Amino acid sequence: MSWFTKAFSTTIGRKLVMSLTGIFLILFLIEHLIGNLLLLNGDGGLAFNEFAHFMKYNRLIQIGEVVLFGGFLFHIIDGIILIRKNRKSRPVQYAVSNKSEVTSWASKLMGPFGIIILVFLIVHMYDFFRFKYFSPVADMPGTDISDLASLVYIKFQSVGYVAFYVIAMAVVGFHLYHGFQSAFQTLGVNHVKYSPIIKGLGVLYSIVVPLGMALIPIIIYINHITQQI
Amino acid sequence: MLNLLNEAINRTGIKADKTIKNLNMNLTLKIWRQKNQNDKGGFESYQVSDVSPDMSFLEMIDVLNEDLVKEDKDPVHFDHDCREGICGTCSMVINGRPHGPKEGITTCQLHMRSFSDGDHITIEPWRAKAFPVIKDLVVDRTSFDRIQQAGGYVSVNTGGAPDANEIPIPKRIADEAFDAATCIGCGACVAACKNASAMLFVSAKVSQLAMLPQGQVERKTRVEKMVAQMDEEGFGACTNTGACAAECPKGIDLSNIARLNREYIGAKLKSENVS
Ligand code: HEM
Repeated sequence: MSWFTKAFSTTIGRKLVMSLTGIFLILFLIEHLIGNLLLLNGDGGLAFNEFAHFMKYNRLIQIGEVVLFGGFLFHIIDGIILIRKNRKSRPVQYAVSNKSEVTSWASKLMGPFGIIILVFLIVHMYDFFRFKYFSPVADMPGTDISDLASLVYIKFQSVGYVAFYVIAMAVVGFHLYHGFQSAFQTLGVNHVKYSPIIKGLGVLYSIVVPLGMALIPIIIYINHITQQI
Repeated sequence: MLNLLNEAINRTGIKADKTIKNLNMNLTLKIWRQKNQNDKGGFESYQVSDVSPDMSFLEMIDVLNEDLVKEDKDPVHFDHDCREGICGTCSMVINGRPHGPKEGITTCQLHMRSFSDGDHITIEPWRAKAFPVIKDLVVDRTSFDRIQQAGGYVSVNTGGAPDANEIPIPKRIADEAFDAATCIGCGACVAACKNASAMLFVSAKVSQLAMLPQGQVERKTRVEKMVAQMDEEGFGACTNTGACAAECPKGIDLSNIARLNREYIGAKLKSENVS
């Protein structure tokens, strides 16, 4: 191993990877939310489809997408390595579990939350991302851009699927409720002036972004029902 | 004894508004017993009666052990030394918390008045791969020593003692370094952490030297070697839950872990060590 890979292979090194990729994914989710909000534009999905079209063919975004894949991959691989290492560090469990109140329950469940997000991610890729490259959908009538929005509108006509999506977003919220500020502590940022700001931003982010993400399918579903009546 | 006393008061004819109450407790202890490293081990229950609220937790176990010895049974083995909260040996998890229910103390500083009559108390050893159980509640913590030996030292010239205050150190820095140096290496951080991580311990040991001028010579190699040794011993990673600092008898702060992370990043970026 070179000095470089070694630096990222210790427990601290792997946490640095979690932190850096985690912050990158946090930024990505903002972009994803803004894109998704276009689904509610009330134009039959035109704005969303145009945005998706731009995202597919823009060179810079294409490079960004490769980086994004790398980010997810490293976060997931190192996450699983850490989960396993941490489990091995305590072969015999306590009979009575630790009840100290200061630790947030979200912080103790980072691994399980991550695994749930991973399951969601796989379903999500199969249900939506697949159509971007591998199973092209029909163009929007009168245009030459793929009608991905209709795909989404149809998917979210199922209340079960909406529920699955909303629960997954709640889990993302919990993951980031602890993860956001934890990522900065991992990077060594701990300061009387800035840590409270980071903690506040983390709480705000972990509520607003997943809530925004979850409201979109809910609104689509409500629109669908009210149109049927 | 108290009955006699109360009877005597009655006989005097003085109207006592209160009888003297027996505050002593009867407790049920569930203690981890394990013959040696290879034994599987298991819990055993014991009754201890007439425990004074003024006893320390360790004295309470002493009483139990006296009974066990009288019955020709093997006493419960546990680590203890100073019994004043500075040696860091009295490792036991009491009802799921390292050093018991109170904050900022070791087991020897825990008094039985923190419990009530009839309580069931579960006592377990530290649980970590890097702290194997030697016998009952005694664990092997030499992994901490090996981390210290890997880099937790400074180069000092031999010869006469230097004058005090020869090297000026700002008060705030000195205080912070001293706070980190109060770590007694008890291992409660590891015991409390869901990952059995030693990050709080290592961060205190790295911090106390990294902040002072005397610690600069080995600054980069120190953190690299201590972290490498920490991994080798099989401690887990830090998820920043904060359980360690909550259970630390010396109140070592989480900001030390952030400093350890900074020291690590700095060393990996700047040190000339490429092996
Ligand atoms: C949108 C997706 C995700 C985002 C934004 C995200 C973000 C984060 C952040 C910011 C952290 C904190 C890093 C630190 O403490 O330094 C973290 C930790 C973690 N993530 Fe994720 N994550 C995502 C998905 C996943 C997935 C799919 C997994 C699957 C394995 C996962 C597993 C973990 C684990 C295990 C940790 C805790 C590591 C530890 O502290 O021991 N995450 N994540």
